[in-house]
Amino acid sequence: MTGFSRRELLSGAAALVLGEKLVAAEVIGGKLPFPAGSAPLPGAVNPAGWRFFTPAEVASIEAIVDRIIPPDPQTPGGKEAGCATFIDRQLAGGYGHRQGLYILGPFQDGNKQQGPQSEQDPAQQYRAALAAIDQHSRSHDTAAKTGRAFAELNSEEQDAILKGIEEGSVELEGLDGKKFFENLITDVQQGFFADPLYGGNRNMCAWKMIGFPGARYDYRDWVSRHNEPYPHPPVSIQGRPEWNPKS
Amino acid sequence: MAQKLPHMDVAIVGLGWTGSILAQELTDAGLNVVAVERGPWRDTAQFPPNYAQDELRYRIRHELFLRPEQMTFTFRNKMDETALPIRTWGAFMPPNGVGGGGMHWNAETWRFLPSDFVLRTHLLKRYGAKFLPADMTIQDWGVTYEELEPHYDRFEYLCGTCGTAGNVQGKIQDGGNPFEGPRSRPYPNPPQEQPFAHTLFAEGARKLGYKPFPQPSGNMSRPYTNPLGVRLGPCTYCGFCEWFACANYSKASPQTTILPVLVRKPNFRARDNSEVTRINLDPTGTRATGVTFVDTEGKEWEQPADLVILSAYTIFNVQLLLHSGIGTPYDPRSNQGVIGRNLTHQTISDVIGFFDKAKYRFNPFIASGSIGMCIDEFNGDNFDHGPHGFVGGGYMGNVQTNGRPIETTPVPPGTPKWGAKWKQAVRDNYQCTIKPGTGVHGSMYSYRDVYMDLDPTYRDRFGRRLARMTIDFHDNELKQNAFLTDRFAEIFKAMGAQQIQKEYRKGPYDITKYQTTHLCGGAIMGDNPRTSALNRYLQSWDVPNLFVMGATAFPQNAGYNPTGTVAALAYWSADAIRKLYLKNPGPLVHA
Amino acid sequence: MRSACVSLKCATCAAVLVALAWSSPAPAADEQDFAQIEYGRYLVAAADCAACHTDPAHAGAFAGGRPIQTPFGVVAASNITPDKETGIGSWTDAEFEAAVCEGKRRDGSHLYPAMPYPYYRKMTHADVLAIRAYLQTVPPVHNQVESNRLPFPFSIRAAVGLWNAMYFSDEPWKPDPGRPAEWNRGAYLVQGPGHCAACHTPKTILGGDHRDRAYQGYSLQGWFAPDITDDKALGLGQWSQSDIVAYLKGGHNRIAAASGPMAEVVADGSSHLQESDLRAIATYLKSGQSRSEVTRPLATDNPAMKAGAAIYEDVCSACHQLDGTGVPYLIPDLAGASSVSSREPTSIIRVLLHGTQSVATPTEPTGASMPAFGPQLTDVQIAAVATFIRNSWGHAAGPVAESDVHKARKDSQG
Repeated sequence: MTGFSRRELLSGAAALVLGEKLVAAEVIGGKLPFPAGSAPLPGAVNPAGWRFFTPAEVASIEAIVDRIIPPDPQTPGGKEAGCATFIDRQLAGGYGHRQGLYILGPFQDGNKQQGPQSEQDPAQQYRAALAAIDQHSRSHDTAAKTGRAFAELNSEEQDAILKGIEEGSVELEGLDGKKFFENLITDVQQGFFADPLYGGNRNMCAWKMIGFPGARYDYRDWVSRHNEPYPHPPVSIQGRPEWNPKS
Repeated sequence: MAQKLPHMDVAIVGLGWTGSILAQELTDAGLNVVAVERGPWRDTAQFPPNYAQDELRYRIRHELFLRPEQMTFTFRNKMDETALPIRTWGAFMPPNGVGGGGMHWNAETWRFLPSDFVLRTHLLKRYGAKFLPADMTIQDWGVTYEELEPHYDRFEYLCGTCGTAGNVQGKIQDGGNPFEGPRSRPYPNPPQEQPFAHTLFAEGARKLGYKPFPQPSGNMSRPYTNPLGVRLGPCTYCGFCEWFACANYSKASPQTTILPVLVRKPNFRARDNSEVTRINLDPTGTRATGVTFVDTEGKEWEQPADLVILSAYTIFNVQLLLHSGIGTPYDPRSNQGVIGRNLTHQTISDVIGFFDKAKYRFNPFIASGSIGMCIDEFNGDNFDHGPHGFVGGGYMGNVQTNGRPIETTPVPPGTPKWGAKWKQAVRDNYQCTIKPGTGVHGSMYSYRDVYMDLDPTYRDRFGRRLARMTIDFHDNELKQNAFLTDRFAEIFKAMGAQQIQKEYRKGPYDITKYQTTHLCGGAIMGDNPRTSALNRYLQSWDVPNLFVMGATAFPQNAGYNPTGTVAALAYWSADAIRKLYLKNPGPLVHA
Repeated sequence: MRSACVSLKCATCAAVLVALAWSSPAPAADEQDFAQIEYGRYLVAAADCAACHTDPAHAGAFAGGRPIQTPFGVVAASNITPDKETGIGSWTDAEFEAAVCEGKRRDGSHLYPAMPYPYYRKMTHADVLAIRAYLQTVPPVHNQVESNRLPFPFSIRAAVGLWNAMYFSDEPWKPDPGRPAEWNRGAYLVQGPGHCAACHTPKTILGGDHRDRAYQGYSLQGWFAPDITDDKALGLGQWSQSDIVAYLKGGHNRIAAASGPMAEVVADGSSHLQESDLRAIATYLKSGQSRSEVTRPLATDNPAMKAGAAIYEDVCSACHQLDGTGVPYLIPDLAGASSVSSREPTSIIRVLLHGTQSVATPTEPTGASMPAFGPQLTDVQIAAVATFIRNSWGHAAGPVAESDVHKARKDSQG
């Protein structure tokens, strides 16, 4: 009965359990703590469904992201790339309610270089903006008897409204339209280029568009190969299709 | 009621680069040392090479940095404005956690020029008092480059810094920086390999008669074992360096150079997730008795100590001094007081070069944090400022560290910000554009109305007043930057760029635009207690058993990344503590 | 926590004692004999008593209570501090020796062979007394330990008598006159206090050694203690004597890093041994013969190999390099390590799933860690990359089954 084992004792002066106790104060001494088993994993988005946007908002935001990044024969547009899904999950998560940011008052407007001072968080801003955009679309619709929602307009009409918001000629009720539009473009483009695990950049389409190899980590063989195309396909944090055996 | 802990010889506030250096030195001297760090323990194993490369998480959502919710500052340009909280970081990225900024820096490891340390004397001598703006408050440091040289060397060998020496013991060396101060010996490692775009920049620079050299890099060009026996691996040019932790032990950080040895010592303990809220003083106010900190349950602890080392990030150092009532707070109107004066940052600008898509393919994603070919002709006082009407300068170079797509979508000027034309322009230009990032890395000198104090309105989660920054660009720096940016653009022309976009640094100072995290000053060193908070050994004039580390001590900022100088000063100070202070505790300098 | 004694500096002292241990008649365990006590402390490191008898979470050094997982249940190591009531303070030297070398408790009943007495039987009388002398100097700790926590019928100690009949040899260790002194010293250390076979020799179903397969590796609780014979493909055949010495001394050499249970052995045990003893161990281990036949690796176009190659190139190469050679003394050389293609893939599956931290020692303080890939990679993917690694760069070990990974993952979640 000599089949005994060395038990796994967590290292550290005290049992340093990371993971759920990640923010508990600890004393460290004697040994380097070993946190690998409880490293903070990235949260992959399940792309099905919507967590934040209502069905009406889904229609609007999908139309919007397809104008910010329109589809073309080579590369999907924002909608097919999953940018709306990306924004949906971000707004449903920490980004939406400004997790980690300083949100104590008093709230006052400052100058441009003092940065965002709005009392509204992104979740509230998107709700208000999408409602206001639809409201504007319906009330200014000259082409149909009943005012069409933004998603029902054609591309040119949609672009016109978006340009108007960008320039300030179209005012959105309840928020600063120009500022919102700046944030919107940023969010859409981030969703387009971020790792697919966040819901956008489906099938790494954006990375394929520009030739970015993704989550790779070793280019030593290529540093000195100047002006040569890099031949390997992009890989995301979740891998690429070649990671699974195909018989 | 704070619970009292057993006495320790030394309490260190903040376990970043300087905290680790001081802990290592003072435990070697036989002292019992505890380091109290506000943030969590961080280790390379938490950032493995299968998900460390997450641009959204680390670069955009700032996961490794201090959460403004935990601590932030307020900001205004001018004294007559109302400062507002920095609700989300922009212009700089304060660190949090063991390793501090050293965990996620680029590892650009520079030395300052000899003239930088005697700046006032030097400039007055060369250009006369009338040449300097009346409200410019630059000072000499009280320490010279020659005194710091062995400590620069020590840090470079600790880190395995990779580079080509330009001046070894007075002899100028080919391929290095001909303007650098003399170093006693070459770098411990050869420079990193340079990708295409960086090599092209060097060629363009040479065409114009400049002397380009590789940026000194703390990303290893080969495996390295440092003098403590800690081993680093070779950098793999992954392009996820600054803002990110390194997954494969190839970026110099406290984790990869000091902590493995430090943690094993029986006379060292670290406390993580514990925020120091006050340095405690005795009734005379001239002696520190230890520190008070708060753990994650909100419980207050008192750590008594004979010697306190304040080694947090610049602004936190100053904020803690103010909250602890140490030193006289600076009042810009009367020009009295020292805590908060001479706050500086950096004057950064960039040039974007668009090249012929048919001929150039840069693969910008192949890069490291300190990759780059640079020239120093326009730094410090390396050139005659007489005809130009400003002082200061900076190195410039193609130091593009990455091609991460969210932040690397350069499009020619005039391109719409969205839509089909934007998309096409991004597609067309990603591979054939050079966007260095902090291409022009200019100095920022100090001014009477650029300073720190405590905000009257906004508070942190403990109810303490936030620190307030009052900072704007002055004409001198804007002129300096315009001149440098133009010189930088000329090199792009020599490289054969089809289109060149100059992005001058323009005022006012904008808290939303990233300009490096090189905030300096606020508790500066010097030879006069009326105009400095620390003596030349970084010892507080007011509280002799308190030493304050970091760029906090810089009387003004030079045109280089500060970490090399921050570390050299830490070694210099540790040396003084060991050789002078411990033998005879008390003021080391009598002004 | 170890008693805070002065660190072992007596290199010459111990060397003298080595000579004494071989030649002179056995002295009694003398509490006042400093040299004997120091040598006893050295042997306690070599025998790694603390691994079982010290529970860092409770009590004190050598105060027992640490639960030891056996295939038959839990046994707790006893208190071997000099406490008179709950430790062995009132035991005679003879009783101590009977326990260590014959597995006999004070009342005559059997110790479970979780206590590796079959190996300690090989220790000389003088060495055992030196250990006794040292243990008498550690701080006494009052800690009553209930050792036998095994379920019925294993709780019946008398049954061990039968086991002893099969697996316990009463023969003391004898040097081989045909071998040089260094070889004999190494054999003594490995077979006796080092009790390396306890982990590294395959076991029968009753937990006894397969003596005809000595040191050919054994799976225990999620790790595979590798083959440490001199076999070129499966064992230490590619290691030089100085590779072995560096590994035991510092926990790292140009090929491998000690982690998992071996990290503890290095940190508490072998890193404290003198260079001459480590060389002796190396000499002994490398004196065998290579026995395995060269088998063919899986073809590179095998689906698992192709998938594994993609994963390796995208993820693993960042540390282990594209050619598998790692970084000497920092990141293990997968290409050169025979343990990669060990008989059972237990360790490689375990390390991929959970990561591991290599040992930090005074000479090699870095303590680099491998991250866990279990949360990121599926069972199929882990099996694929393990298959790739075990069949590349000269290795040949057949495929790793997805079911093995699945089982290992499930077992470790318990």
